Amino acid sequence: MALIGRWIGFTDAFALVLLGGLGAGIVAALVGVLLARYREIFFAMLSLALSMILYGVLVKTESLGSTDGFSVATPTFLGYAPHGVALGLALYWLTLAVGAISALLIGAYFRSVAGSLAAPIRDSEIRVEFLGVSVTGIIHTKVIIAGVLGGLGGALAALTIGHVDPNMAYWTTSGGFVFVTILAGAGSVAAAFVGSLAFEALRSLAVDVMPGLWQMTLGSVLLLTILFLPDGLGSLAKRVRRRAEAKP
Amino acid sequence: MSEILAVRDLEKTFGSLVAARDITVSVPVEQTVGVIGANGAGKTTFINMITGHLTPTKGTILFEGEDITGRPSREICRRGISRSFQVAQIFPSLTVFDNMCMAAAIARRRGGLFGSIATPLHSEAAIAEANATIDLFQIARYRDTPASTLPQGVRKLLDIGMAVVGWPRLLLLDEPTSGISIEEKFDLMQVVMSALKTRRITVLFVEHDMEIVGRFADRVLAFYDGTVIADGTPHATLDDPRVQELITGVRVTPRPAAGAAHA
Repeated sequence: MALIGRWIGFTDAFALVLLGGLGAGIVAALVGVLLARYREIFFAMLSLALSMILYGVLVKTESLGSTDGFSVATPTFLGYAPHGVALGLALYWLTLAVGAISALLIGAYFRSVAGSLAAPIRDSEIRVEFLGVSVTGIIHTKVIIAGVLGGLGGALAALTIGHVDPNMAYWTTSGGFVFVTILAGAGSVAAAFVGSLAFEALRSLAVDVMPGLWQMTLGSVLLLTILFLPDGLGSLAKRVRRRAEAKP
Repeated sequence: MSEILAVRDLEKTFGSLVAARDITVSVPVEQTVGVIGANGAGKTTFINMITGHLTPTKGTILFEGEDITGRPSREICRRGISRSFQVAQIFPSLTVFDNMCMAAAIARRRGGLFGSIATPLHSEAAIAEANATIDLFQIARYRDTPASTLPQGVRKLLDIGMAVVGWPRLLLLDEPTSGISIEEKFDLMQVVMSALKTRRITVLFVEHDMEIVGRFADRVLAFYDGTVIADGTPHATLDDPRVQELITGVRVTPRPAAGAAHA
């Protein structure tokens, strides 16, 4: 995505973000052929291995700036080419729009048969297969959707920061998303936004208060979440709702 | 009566082990067939081959006249063959209703690449179908109970209900009463069998309790060493000398043992 802007001078933000999603979706579709066959720790390790290979390749590729990365061309918006504050504002609205549209689509997906099969597949793959559904197909779809979302997010981040380097592909970036997932809980669109917000707020606060020990603070919060809120922040809303229903 | 299932010369070997051989069976529409045999006699292998879980080494399986030999289980399921399991395969993290609704929505989903994404989980039709099947299997009072906390009998009924909610024409029950106490077995089978009769489903059920087989089956297949050694009415099969010798055991009149009287 960033390369297209740099090499052929194509800088339209809408198209670049869509291309980022599309490109990552295609990569996910290919990698998914392998990934969808594995479960749990094997799935996690295999995807980690693939990301480490990508990181290694990026670090060794000098034409892409090696560990320094390279800067991204300033984006334009259907011919509109803002600078300074206006650019930031335009990117802000773009991010908001992409986020909102993605949230709506994922919400619809969660209400569909494919989207609600995650827990059933974890419970009993045999039953799902014998109801006539391909478990591998459902998981492959999930990998592709995750890839598209990751690509959209990555493209937005690249445009906003104006620079990309291999550290964005380092495993700690994925670790951040895993943290958000644990904090937010799976299967809720709203919880994912709240979780991301909470994660970023927590990290900023931790770095601010205890600059030398911010990782420890994050780790402690992670531990407490797993111990006391194993289904994440999303389950908190459910718990409150259930308590309200219990009280006549 | 027309034929719904026709199995010819079916054989399954695992290396040098012959799990099933020379199985030729024809099942007419709406018949209830009991399948008996000792552990390892080939009953589950037989069911697994029909449902596509195992690919036969030899032979053919025709369902409604079409060859389904070695087809993947999900395709066979879509054609109208469903099954339940010896150990109930339900979704413990969902409620009874959500289990049933999930199965109903899957059965109603549109075909094609994006069928599962384009079909909503809680469509009106799926909800109605789920509720009707919950009522049919008499588990309505557990409707909103998480499946992880259900009593064993209800788990079994839910498992069979999930297999029935998509209106299959042939249903295979692998030991529907396993893990159920003797007192509850008959009531459970009564509920299951009357539900299946209502929906006019052809049934093959594996069962170890001969009283249940005798009462609910129209016909009994006896398996021994991977093949069918007797096939006929429950009366004829259960009275067959080979079946008595190899599977059910010869009925002996109980006599007080000499030492037992003083014990």
